[in-house]
Amino acid sequence: MESGKEKPAYTEACGIIELDPEDIKKLGVWRNTNVRVTSEFGSVIVKAIEATQGPHPGLGWIPMGPWANQIICPKTYSTGMPTFKGTPVTVEVANDEQVLGSIELVTLACRSE
Amino acid sequence: MAEYLIKNGYVYDPILGINGDKHDVAIKDGKMVDASAVKNAKVIDANGMTVMAGGVDIHAHIAGPKLNIGRNFRPEDKLFNAKPGQGIKHMVAGHSVPTTFKFGYIYANMGYGFAMEAAMPPLYARHTHEEIRDTPIIDEAALPVFGNNWFVLEYLKNHEIENTAAYIAWILRATKGFGIKNVNPGGTEAWAWGMNCSSIHDNVPYFDITPAEIVTGLIEANEYLGLPHSMHVHGNQLGEPGNYKTTLETLALAKGYKPNSKFGRDQVLHQTHLQFHSYGGDSYSSKSFESKSKEVADYINKQDNITFDLGVVTLDDTTTMTADGPFEQHLSHMNHLKWANTDVELETAAGVVPFQYRKNTFIAVAQWAVGLELALYAKDPMKCFLTTDAPNAGPLWRYPRVIKWLMSEQARNEVLDDAKYGEKVRDRCYIGELDREISLYELAAMTRAGTAKALGLGNMFGSLRPGMEGDVVVYPYSPESENPEDIEYAFGNAKYFIKGGEMIINDGEIVSNGNKRTFWVDCKVNENAQVQHDIEEKFKRYYTVGLNNYDVNEKTFLPNPHRIEVDATQ
Amino acid sequence: MGKIVTDVVCPFCGTLCDDLEVKLSDDGKEILEVYNACAIGATKFLHSQASDRLLRPRMQQDDGTWKEVSYDEAVEYTARILADAKKPLMYGWSSTSCEAQEVGAGIGEMVGAVMDNTATVCHGPSLIALQDVGMPSCTLGEIKNRADRVLFWGCNPVHAHPRHMSRYSIFPRGFFTGKGSKSRKVIVVDPRCTDSSKMADVHLQIQQGHDYELLDALRVAFKGKELPDVVAGIPKEKIYEAAETLKSGRFSVIFFGMGVTHSLGKNHNIDEAIAVTRDLNDYTKAAIMPMRGHYNVTGSGQVWGWQFGFPFCLDLSRGFARYNPGETSSNDLLRRDEVDAVFVLGSDPGAHFPISSVKKIAKLPSVCIDPHITPTSAVCKLHVPVAFVGIEVGGCAYRMDNVPIETRKVIDPPEGVLTDEEFLSRVSDRVKELKGV
Repeated sequence: MESGKEKPAYTEACGIIELDPEDIKKLGVWRNTNVRVTSEFGSVIVKAIEATQGPHPGLGWIPMGPWANQIICPKTYSTGMPTFKGTPVTVEVANDEQVLGSIELVTLACRSE
Repeated sequence: MAEYLIKNGYVYDPILGINGDKHDVAIKDGKMVDASAVKNAKVIDANGMTVMAGGVDIHAHIAGPKLNIGRNFRPEDKLFNAKPGQGIKHMVAGHSVPTTFKFGYIYANMGYGFAMEAAMPPLYARHTHEEIRDTPIIDEAALPVFGNNWFVLEYLKNHEIENTAAYIAWILRATKGFGIKNVNPGGTEAWAWGMNCSSIHDNVPYFDITPAEIVTGLIEANEYLGLPHSMHVHGNQLGEPGNYKTTLETLALAKGYKPNSKFGRDQVLHQTHLQFHSYGGDSYSSKSFESKSKEVADYINKQDNITFDLGVVTLDDTTTMTADGPFEQHLSHMNHLKWANTDVELETAAGVVPFQYRKNTFIAVAQWAVGLELALYAKDPMKCFLTTDAPNAGPLWRYPRVIKWLMSEQARNEVLDDAKYGEKVRDRCYIGELDREISLYELAAMTRAGTAKALGLGNMFGSLRPGMEGDVVVYPYSPESENPEDIEYAFGNAKYFIKGGEMIINDGEIVSNGNKRTFWVDCKVNENAQVQHDIEEKFKRYYTVGLNNYDVNEKTFLPNPHRIEVDATQ
Repeated sequence: MGKIVTDVVCPFCGTLCDDLEVKLSDDGKEILEVYNACAIGATKFLHSQASDRLLRPRMQQDDGTWKEVSYDEAVEYTARILADAKKPLMYGWSSTSCEAQEVGAGIGEMVGAVMDNTATVCHGPSLIALQDVGMPSCTLGEIKNRADRVLFWGCNPVHAHPRHMSRYSIFPRGFFTGKGSKSRKVIVVDPRCTDSSKMADVHLQIQQGHDYELLDALRVAFKGKELPDVVAGIPKEKIYEAAETLKSGRFSVIFFGMGVTHSLGKNHNIDEAIAVTRDLNDYTKAAIMPMRGHYNVTGSGQVWGWQFGFPFCLDLSRGFARYNPGETSSNDLLRRDEVDAVFVLGSDPGAHFPISSVKKIAKLPSVCIDPHITPTSAVCKLHVPVAFVGIEVGGCAYRMDNVPIETRKVIDPPEGVLTDEEFLSRVSDRVKELKGV
């Protein structure tokens, strides 16, 4: 985060989803493959890795950042705070798709209006 | 700088002995001068109006972290009172905890030129100074708290006065503080474990020292240093029915001490918001509670080394905030309102709880009575000062209403007649028997001459004597007025207010943000290797801020400092 | 052999460590090493000298490329969009000094802006809860010296506040806690088995999104009343045990973070956590403290508090201060198209707001004041690099326990690069001209 969000290290660190080994098995995918994570609010390609702070079956974890913010619930329910945690998502294999860098990810999303 | 000549007003100045005479008042180069010294003055016609030196407030909570807790945790305090900016004034808001800009304007409208922030936690001093800096117009200072400080508790346990004094001098310099504040001695350190001290002879957990030893120790340290102000104490058992006994015991600790000060004060102990400490009975019920103001006032009247301020309850919705942490938790248990608390490592604590003094309850009106009675019993108005312990007993801008009550028996009776339990209050308190009405001359003592002297600032503020600071206020009040409401209006709406020779209020309008100064006391002491070592040790081992980051940088935080130098090396 | 600057204050997170030491080159122009900082803090210092650092403002062209402009042109553009807007949003204010925050507040007052800071996506719910129920709290030194029961709820200090545990909450040997970590019992509540939970004596692996129920269950357990067999995925025996642990301590503290502020319940989760703390004070001494993120988001709340009366979601557009999270909060305003210009300083909403909000920022006249290239700067029309507070310019900052510490200047900023305060002062002067003040 502090060495530059435009750099690959940021994508490596935050363009990921940590999944419990049980869930990775269910998905039928090798670790460190790209997946598409979709919610009611959007969709994003990130790299699936095995949970580093698990086990937590049923729970996917994306670090805070622009990848997570593609799919989390923006509703604040009049509190001012978007619902960053607890959004139900579907995860599917997306082997051939690329994880975008943060700048590209955000600028593309904003241009596609 | 402009020159000013105020003519035709009724002047009240207890230092010069002027009691309502029409007397010319002149200001030149920021100072009071003889009328003959001005050649080119702007003339202000104060015909029919009251002229006094600018007010000096000895105790109010106006700047610092607990103020901001109060502001940030009470958005409702801003409802219906927000005002947009106008001319040179910022936008303002806040009923019981005004924003810093509003504090400056409130004081100016009341004709006050100097205010003392009553309690500054040393670790948070930067915050206090940031708020002071953002309070326009008035000169300010702040009192760091010492009554629960680990260094003080350890030194005083062994009666090491010189070490205590050296440490205090160090804190005054590090925090840019003014004097010694002592809140709930020992009790707030006990509070760090959820306990309290219920008498001045209780032992503080672990430190094994009593509140009595802390009080006398701090008096001795204060006199050793010869500080401008005396030890300023908020005694144990604040607000408790029956606490007048603890208060008398605390006041008795001052016996035998003489002031050592080149700054003109006579007292060695200033007891603050005495109203909260003058209760009899053993509950708040009208069957038990009674005022002990007479007993306490009688004692003080016989002493020559004690001053006090009133802390008058104003019967408003307000916010309580104090370093008496255990009291605040207790209060929130009683009124079930939100409670914020911050314990400060090695130093002190603070609690904040909203409070409503309802005129249709017995106890609020009884408390109201106690505060006024203390003033009406006081023999010497140069020792009895007007405060509301703002905002604890009432918001700052209620001073004019308190003045009305002090000056008019009729106005007091109106409150009692209008209150549901007024008769019970007359029964359990002394207020019904007191027909004394404070005069304007006495008022000037209670709000400027006396307070300036007690703070050791009598050579700068509190009088119109040539050489004093050019702080003058013209209140649109005629001594001939028969209507008490005129009092409340006039003392909250200065017609003219000149601060440091600069016109702040012209014909009722605020026209300048002035040039406020932050006062602090720079006390020189002999080098003390023991204290230096202890400071380094405690910072290394127990504090979470480094010693080299503790000091308040004068350049950053005090853009206009006024240093008072004290030499305690003799 | 190089100068060492001591007592340096780290400008990264709310832990606000002030014991850093920075080794400079002989000529004082280069940072060689940073001692005592965590990896993130050290990176901030070292990366400030990256060779590809942006040194001048730049404006985004229609074709998406960037053109360098002067600071004067940047001041002009910024002043104009703020002065022309009916209701500009001035957001961020968290990675900067109080001095800069104060100049910014003055601009906001002049242009009738909505001022909001990162609490709006971080501890805003905690600020709201403070307004509902209060907060029994303390300074971090009280934890160091007294706390023997430490509960981390919905936060992961090992990763987010790396030196917190060693400076304040688990390891220090304080006055009454001479045995360090052996003096303390640690509980972590988190749906994941975090690295912080691995340091704890007890990990309650709570069902995500059910914090309110578990907090409430603790309050029931304090009173010794009946609980259902399982609450929020935790068996009742474990809940009674945790309650007993907290009650039996001499000083219990709860630290909490995004796990509770971001999850459903939000401010009500915090209400309940504070109520737990308040209840605990009937049995022993207890305190609660939010783990503030940015190193000076707390300061932003303080400055606005004493100047206007509210700590975030501050709407000045009608000429007096109004506050209503949900109405005057950044994400709600953006979602409802209620602001017509966006000014960002000292934060990165482009990365940390929901993408739907960022899309709105991209459409509006917008300025991003940030030394780094970020997703925010990428979608704004103007990007203005400034000096790093705490490294290239000093300034006051407030720690997570509200203690103010003055950060230091360690080296000069690159030639010609302005500080936040300088840039804002110039904008303020220009706005005064435009508004005829």
